Amino acid sequence: MNHDPLEWGRPSNDAYGAYNHQIANAGHQNSVPADFPAMHTQQPIITGTSVLALKFQNGIAIAADNMGSYGSLLRFNNIERLVRVGSETIVGISGDISDLQHIERLLHQLETEQEVYDNDGGHNLRAPHVHEYMSRVMYNRRLKMDPLWNAIIVAGFNDDRTPFLRYVDLLGVTYGSLALSTGFGAHLAVPLLRKLVPHDEDFDKVSESEATDAITNCMRVLYYRDARASDKYTLAVFTFADGKVDLKFQQNLKVENQNWRFAKNVIGYGSKQL
Amino acid sequence: MKNLAACGTNASRDQSHRSGDLVAVCPRALHQPYTSTMTSIGTGYDLSNSVFSPDGRNFQVEYAMKAVENGGTSIGIKAKDGIVLAVEKIVNSKLLVPGRNKRIQTIDRHIGVAYSGLLPDGRHFVNRGRDEAQSYSSIYKTPVGVPALMDRLGLYVQNYTCYNSVRPFGIVSIVGGVDENGPHLYMVEPSGAFWGYSGAASGKGRQTAKPELEKLDFELLTVREAVKHAARIIHQAHEDNKDKDYELEISWCSLEETGGQHQFVPEDLLQEAIKLAQEEDDEEDEEEDEEDTEMAS
Repeated sequence: MNHDPLEWGRPSNDAYGAYNHQIANAGHQNSVPADFPAMHTQQPIITGTSVLALKFQNGIAIAADNMGSYGSLLRFNNIERLVRVGSETIVGISGDISDLQHIERLLHQLETEQEVYDNDGGHNLRAPHVHEYMSRVMYNRRLKMDPLWNAIIVAGFNDDRTPFLRYVDLLGVTYGSLALSTGFGAHLAVPLLRKLVPHDEDFDKVSESEATDAITNCMRVLYYRDARASDKYTLAVFTFADGKVDLKFQQNLKVENQNWRFAKNVIGYGSKQL
Repeated sequence: MKNLAACGTNASRDQSHRSGDLVAVCPRALHQPYTSTMTSIGTGYDLSNSVFSPDGRNFQVEYAMKAVENGGTSIGIKAKDGIVLAVEKIVNSKLLVPGRNKRIQTIDRHIGVAYSGLLPDGRHFVNRGRDEAQSYSSIYKTPVGVPALMDRLGLYVQNYTCYNSVRPFGIVSIVGGVDENGPHLYMVEPSGAFWGYSGAASGKGRQTAKPELEKLDFELLTVREAVKHAARIIHQAHEDNKDKDYELEISWCSLEETGGQHQFVPEDLLQEAIKLAQEEDDEEDEEEDEEDTEMAS
């Protein structure tokens, strides 16, 4: 994710005239007229990297590592970025960790209001509802020029207990797919997951073990290549069988079977022989 | 107050009849001295909320208490590892769906409420409790403690005894929950007075329930046992009202059993508790029958 708002997509100068930079600088310069919107959040501070998720037959797997980076400093290695909402939804959050903690509170309150107070009618808070709520929150904050600096994946089940997987980010953009990832994972993990399942409708040809193996493999690739990733991660696997939802929430998993043996054969940057 | 109100209407009528008068005079006031209606009969202090009687009582609050005493029985038990709430729901019609129309409510995840009296007042009380709990956790980022919540709710209820433009709450609520200091059980009255209890009862059957609660050993009791006692006590308290059917509702909150969350007890445990309560009842009946036959012989 490019964190500079001035690099976000905007109308072409040819069609709409030059971009008015006062808008982006609103709230920072005394010269900006008072009727300009204020822009608050400037940049994420402590950040979490990729979240990845994959649908499979009667279930869904989602993973995120436990790192909270302070720029390039790997500052916190005990951040849980998979948030449970109710009994059959997981919200995976990347981006700013303080905003993640705010979202955790919002979701906790949502769960209290929708699931705990006077729940007498058998209606449940499920993943599509949580996703709709999060997308409303994210878009509303972006409209206030004060975004929650996150990319979020909501994983769980529809009311008919088919797997649900959908993305929403700091712009309020949403989309769904059988394989989703935020951040670096969108470049590295999604192609690998797509190789396993090329077409969206084929997710029910994937077994649980195939799916968890694919996710585990992606976590390894991300640890190899993402300088903000850690080898400690959480993997949550939902399955729906015999009318019951089962959640395996596995914390403190390690990236294993790394291959570094080849490294001793790589010498120098070109002409060096020994 | 009633007299004054009557004067008001008469006065306006008089005014229309005697169009020349500038000052409308209450006709009754001319014949009956004001003092005779207020002090010699000794009433008038119970007509408006927040009025002190000569011996310092607020009669409207005491009348609210009367309204509660006719409501379905509610009880609360504080066990060593949590709390249990139970209510007797009178089934007024076969058309009511069994298991629905829940009476026990949740204020925050870890706090539950049962109340006797005017049900809409109870729901209003719970709504306020939820607002207070949310406001507390949005400021302090931690779940509200039960005593802290009770301070706020007690104050809120007491406020409804301070003005003649409002009436007191027609409920006695039993509030229970588990926080970082362990289990807590409170009972709030229409006056706003609240105390912590080991066992609390309100509503019609409270006189039967209280001695039964007093027999329990709260130091040793577990919530699982307390659920069965609660079912038994509600069943016994229902004796006086036997002609009407009732439905039992029990909730609990315990670190061990519910992870510190306030929840309705699982169906199998509820059914077991109901069965035990009924069996005990049958045994007592048999004993009574035996005594009767002995007496007869």
